[in-house]
Amino acid sequence: MTDLGKDEMSKYPFLADAGEYLKDQGFTLEQLGSDSDLELFMDQAIHRIKSAAEGIPYESAIKNNEASDATLSIEVFSFLLAVILLKLNGNNTLIRKFSLAEARRAEDFLKKDLKEMSDEDKVELAKKIIFSLSSITVEEAKDKKDQFFIPVYDYLMHSVHFHEKEWKLINRQVEDGKVFLTSEKVARLVRSELSNFISKKILSAKSPSMVTGFKKPLEKLTSLAKKYYVPTMVSSEYPPCIKHAIDVMEKGENLPHSGRFLLGTYLLGVGKSIEQIAPLFKNAPDYNEKITMYQLNSLNGSTGSGTAYKCPSCERVKSKDLCFATSDCDGIINPLQFKKKKILNA
Amino acid sequence: MLEQDLQLVEATFKKYYFENFDLLSIPERAPEREFGYQKFNGGMNRHIGIKSNEELRVLLITNIPSDVYCSNGYYSFPNLPMSEKDWKGADLIFDIDAKDLNLTCRQEHTCIKCISCGVISLSQLTCPSCKSNKIETKSVTCKNCINGAKKEVFKLKKILEEDLAIKKEDIQVYFSGNEGFHIHVINSQYHKLGSRERNDLVDYIMFRGAMPETFGMKKYKPERSSFAEIDDKGWRGRVSKHIFGSKSKRSKAVSEIISDGYVIFQNKLENLKNVIGVKIDPNVTIDIHRIFRLPGSLNSKSGMSKILCENLEKFDPYSDACFIDDEKTDVLANCPVQFTLKNKKFGPYRNEKITIPKYAAIYLICKGLANTT
Repeated sequence: MTDLGKDEMSKYPFLADAGEYLKDQGFTLEQLGSDSDLELFMDQAIHRIKSAAEGIPYESAIKNNEASDATLSIEVFSFLLAVILLKLNGNNTLIRKFSLAEARRAEDFLKKDLKEMSDEDKVELAKKIIFSLSSITVEEAKDKKDQFFIPVYDYLMHSVHFHEKEWKLINRQVEDGKVFLTSEKVARLVRSELSNFISKKILSAKSPSMVTGFKKPLEKLTSLAKKYYVPTMVSSEYPPCIKHAIDVMEKGENLPHSGRFLLGTYLLGVGKSIEQIAPLFKNAPDYNEKITMYQLNSLNGSTGSGTAYKCPSCERVKSKDLCFATSDCDGIINPLQFKKKKILNA
Repeated sequence: MLEQDLQLVEATFKKYYFENFDLLSIPERAPEREFGYQKFNGGMNRHIGIKSNEELRVLLITNIPSDVYCSNGYYSFPNLPMSEKDWKGADLIFDIDAKDLNLTCRQEHTCIKCISCGVISLSQLTCPSCKSNKIETKSVTCKNCINGAKKEVFKLKKILEEDLAIKKEDIQVYFSGNEGFHIHVINSQYHKLGSRERNDLVDYIMFRGAMPETFGMKKYKPERSSFAEIDDKGWRGRVSKHIFGSKSKRSKAVSEIISDGYVIFQNKLENLKNVIGVKIDPNVTIDIHRIFRLPGSLNSKSGMSKILCENLEKFDPYSDACFIDDEKTDVLANCPVQFTLKNKKFGPYRNEKITIPKYAAIYLICKGLANTT
């Protein structure tokens, strides 16, 4: 997308062709790693990754939804450098967290751009980005302020991933095959597509060659990555649905709420302590220690209503698309019976 | 079913398929669909691929099924086991059954058959003879039930057309062959929706899970609520119309809602689902692999046909879907409630040997309320 303007390039740097952009600007990778004048970009790149890892919103230099020349350099170079560092480091959790944070950043700009009804180009580009990532055609509701509509089919295909009641179709204005949404909701609807696009772009990028100047920043990243190391918990006695849930968590991918509920209640059910279970969730893209502890304590019955939740039945697990049954699962109706069955058959 | 009953019913069904094959309507994309059938006193045969009318005719005449089904889904390999079929999409389907409407007339046209001792009696919770609570309920024809089900169909069609922009000509309404309607949506953009997405669509149609905020009620500052207008489109308008009645009554009703508060309005919406929501069977619509009764085929619960309703308003299933002839037939009938077929009243019968037209005899035998003598 070399035809992107500086404004768009700063807001959506993941759409830019990295190599092309560097060449256009007359830089080489070596320069970026060694030129002390460019240190600012490197610091910003590390800051960008760190903020993402800690779940703190990265403060963009773009003010009033417009990018200046200086902002453009900082925003684009720091993004490109962050991608190079992540690629060299190779930690999947960091890549996932970075992708999600960048998606949220872009989501914010998409929302603002859609809202700028006076600037047709901005609105059109936002619509184009949304379409190219999610195949959703967004249209403006002519006589309503900050109102857009998308086809009911597209809405349903995306909204089912949200658990909040407000996303249910019944709680939307629906008419003539269209669902009406504010710019904020439209942008939120495509967050996971944005995140997937960014992470795919990083994962499929050609591995850059190591440059001496990257050594120090990479060390910083390695020590940051250590925080997200999770001791392997998989046991041969775990049923395939639990192995899958642990696998998703370890990869730093998003496990739906029902999957986290299954994993938590199962591990509590086989006698694991909250302290043993909590680190497993560390890699979740939206990890928050306090919330995780609160939720595990609720599952356990130590807080909340005081009721301990039981591991859901195989039927329920199946209905949530979390079942990966093998012949070892024959005859069980709850994942907790898997271990007992294995012992009996041993 | 008893052997002598089976002979009569099978011969009648065979005759129907032989003489009325043109009533069967094979859905579009038939070669991509899974067919299935059940035999009287037999299990279900599924995963059958049928490519032509002729193949279907052979299946019907040779097997004389009690019920014939066809999938709403289309597959690359419809005759392989489910996991290997390769799902490509599924028509949106809806089932509206009078028994789910909880109408007050129900008691009057329902009787019970005890599973333990076989005694048939008027509707009650336990068998009057052996006191067993293992009972089957048998409901017979009722115009009120059909009218209730029709109302639901009209409500559903309005939502499909106005809210979901499904073309009128793509909505096919069929009488189910017993006491309800099957609605098929063909050629729509919704055929690619999976089960989870259809589940949300079902909640929309049934008006489940509505939040007060959707209709303008504010939780923390209710006095700042801004309620939907009666002429708004979609549920906002329908809810307003129901709650406010008319534009002139709106302002008074709004003041009342605000003074009652958020929770009361929330409960009101919750209760509204039973009034304005469409009473469809959610399991049918959510299922993307369902084998659904084939249009034009006979329903073994009644001997009537699943038939297309071109004019739903005027449609009388008890005449228009009853294709069996009126040859005089002797049966021993035990049906304590009266029923009407082809504009003729029958019963009540209390273990009586009677001679009635074949369509009524088959109806009673299919219901388990008569035997051949």
